Amino acid sequence: MVEFALPKNSKITGGKTWPKPAGATEVREFKVYRWNPDDGKNPSVDTYYVDTHDCGPMVLDGLIWIKNNIDPSLTFRRSCREGVCGSCAMNIDGQNTLACTRSMHDVKDGAVKINPLPHQPVVKDLVPDLTNFYAQYASVEPWLKTTSPTPQKEWRQSHEDREKLDGLYECILCACCSTSCPSYWWNSDRYLGPAALLQANRWVSDSRDEATGERLDNLEDPFRLYRCHTIMNCAKACPKGLNPAEAIAELKLKMVERQI
Amino acid sequence: MSTADTPKRSMRTPLGRVRNLGAAHSGTSDFWRQRLTAVAMVLLMIPVVVVIMMLLGRNQAYAKQILGSLPIAIIMVLFIIASAWHMKIGMQVVIEDYVHNEKLKLASIMLNNFFSIAVALASIYAILQLSAGV
Repeated sequence: MVEFALPKNSKITGGKTWPKPAGATEVREFKVYRWNPDDGKNPSVDTYYVDTHDCGPMVLDGLIWIKNNIDPSLTFRRSCREGVCGSCAMNIDGQNTLACTRSMHDVKDGAVKINPLPHQPVVKDLVPDLTNFYAQYASVEPWLKTTSPTPQKEWRQSHEDREKLDGLYECILCACCSTSCPSYWWNSDRYLGPAALLQANRWVSDSRDEATGERLDNLEDPFRLYRCHTIMNCAKACPKGLNPAEAIAELKLKMVERQI
Repeated sequence: MSTADTPKRSMRTPLGRVRNLGAAHSGTSDFWRQRLTAVAMVLLMIPVVVVIMMLLGRNQAYAKQILGSLPIAIIMVLFIIASAWHMKIGMQVVIEDYVHNEKLKLASIMLNNFFSIAVALASIYAILQLSAGV
């Protein structure tokens, strides 16, 4: 059966409360998930106090401030700090989102609670192991596939056909959607998840691609595609405002369309 | 879940694991039939509810008289076929979602099929007997 409880060695125990920064007039409490693969201990939640006058407004700014000023061992991914790279995806105040685009002032009621993306193996602290997620993306073969002779210039596309890719091409593969999906939690070994399926629909919808049927063949599976039960957590979580559930519904419609 | 909790890692590549046995090339017919039976049940629900209201508190002779009408008997049988089929597909989805032990999953899906067919046949038999017994 599906495991609903955390394994024994993943249960969160205690955690350290770090002293408030000296001389700070206004602080914000951060509660951050910590797990170190090398110390053999269970995960814990550490409490930090961030000097908001010495720090930018975003949750990522707070994490960087903690790393620079309090605890250099705090581990998380970050790169662009403007919602383009998708590296700093994490669970903030119960919702998967990007730490760089979520203001710490938008988190109401007390501490800013930060956990790694749910239901993924943890590498360390806030860093999830996304190997399976990336392999699923690779499995949809996200590149243009053609058999016609390559034109001398570019593959041409009408404005109308280009518009069909809006809402699909913007995905930054941060994994917020897939890791918020209960179907993905229970069956991520076989269900491709909202992100990979949105990307699959991006190529299925591309007028220049000549492998549409082959792509649909590879998706037509009770687990790869049909584990989506339109729960819609994906659309709620997406920090780019995309709707993976709609993209999956479009894929299902195409599946029916080619049979009826 | 920490890395230490993940099942023993095989030497297979991540892409190999994702591709696994390949796509089953099925699932669309179940998806379509689930919608088809859902729409059928929505349409059939009103006459079925009316028939049930008519039968409330009445005796068997009256039930036989009502179900003796061909259109009513057909509506009732269609409703049973649609609902049993819908139930079978829906339950299978739940089993596939939550039962991960392969043997238990196979047994559950088998039992689900048997149960749905048995319920449908028993109900159809009851209606036909009442209907033909006028």
